[in-house]
Amino acid sequence: MTESVRTPSGLLLPRYERPLGVHPELLSPEYRSTVLRAPSKPLVLLPHNLTEITGPLLGSDRISETDNDLTRQHDGEPVGQRIIVHGRVLDSDGRPVPDTLLEIWQANASGRYKHVVDDWPGPLDPNFTGVGRTVTDSLGRYRFTTVRPGAYPWKNHHNAWRPAHIHFSLFGRAFTQRLVTQMYFPDDPLHQYDPMLITVRDEKARNRLISRFDMETTEPEWALAYEFDIVLRGSDATPMEDPHDDDDE
Amino acid sequence: MTTTSERLGLTPSQTVGPYLSIGLTWEDGPYVVPEDTPGSILVTGRVYDGQGQLVTDGLVETWQADPDGRFAHADDPRGAVESQLPGFRGFGRCNTDADGSFRIVTVKPGPLPTPDGDTEAPHLNVSVFARGLLDRVVTRLYFPDEAEANAADPVLNAVDPDRRATLIAEATPDGYHLEIRLQGENETVFFDV
Repeated sequence: MTESVRTPSGLLLPRYERPLGVHPELLSPEYRSTVLRAPSKPLVLLPHNLTEITGPLLGSDRISETDNDLTRQHDGEPVGQRIIVHGRVLDSDGRPVPDTLLEIWQANASGRYKHVVDDWPGPLDPNFTGVGRTVTDSLGRYRFTTVRPGAYPWKNHHNAWRPAHIHFSLFGRAFTQRLVTQMYFPDDPLHQYDPMLITVRDEKARNRLISRFDMETTEPEWALAYEFDIVLRGSDATPMEDPHDDDDE
Repeated sequence: MTTTSERLGLTPSQTVGPYLSIGLTWEDGPYVVPEDTPGSILVTGRVYDGQGQLVTDGLVETWQADPDGRFAHADDPRGAVESQLPGFRGFGRCNTDADGSFRIVTVKPGPLPTPDGDTEAPHLNVSVFARGLLDRVVTRLYFPDEAEANAADPVLNAVDPDRRATLIAEATPDGYHLEIRLQGENETVFFDV
């Protein structure tokens, strides 16, 4: 981060933007579980002080060799369409976010999670756990090999099905940049019916959750590729007219 | 130097969903410091929904300064300082269990200077993730035995006085305990980060 502001104490801290109209409203009743879990009172503005502009820098010491290849974590290969999921982690200023931990989890090809609570009659795959980790390189790039997850039913409403998706968790370099999201696949007919995806009201923002089929990275006789770039908060671009008028706090 | 027109659009948040524990559970998650660290404390808490039901499928993360109020992070303009405490990670993560409970083994952080010239009282930043939360919710944990520092804390002072108590943990024999109420009576104060 390069944008800083001079202050009474002399501490110069990076300034992060605050996302407006990007993230879903916490109370989005079409996703039923929000009704009893979304806070009802307005959020209180938290200034970006030292605890917010720093964050855990968790890197390669948490990663083992097969963590970014979900098809090689067992004795045999998992069933399903083998895919490569890759992309870059950037901030909104366009700067790469290097050396940052990504964690993913997903259902198997039949749409079943290896989780005790998931008991719908899609078969488990003994060769698939559905969990991956990696760290971005110096250009913010990451790459996973996995199988394409299946769609699965849930109980939100009658005949509710989640579109195929992969959960992504990212730290960035500051507490302000922490993000958990889901990546979707292009041309999935379930998108328009999905209460989670449509809680992102802005269409452009919603489309940023949908990966792009990537023929160039697709490997002959091996795997289809999808590209998914993730953009974390960058610097606050609000012009500083007069520091005394700054009422962020 | 900011080229507003060329800024990239942010990636929206989505919920962790009900199966986060397969992806985000770390065996060493609760250990902000190694278990046998002298002076370590146990921070426990429980998470409730708007009907007072325990949230048993959530995840709590904490982030904090070390006891000297320092961060091993290059963006801290006072300099990135490795903690004197061996193995200090600053970061804790724990799933909520069948009892809605989480636990973090840590040390009390030091106070922190702010750009405005104030001092923030010792605190942990706390993020809660769960099914039904389309974005994380963020709160802070302050300490009950820091009354003077808490009274001068600019973040606490910006909170409605009737609600400040929701941010202050209770002392327990081996540390502190915080009840996090996502919604309803005594709703925890959550922050816009």
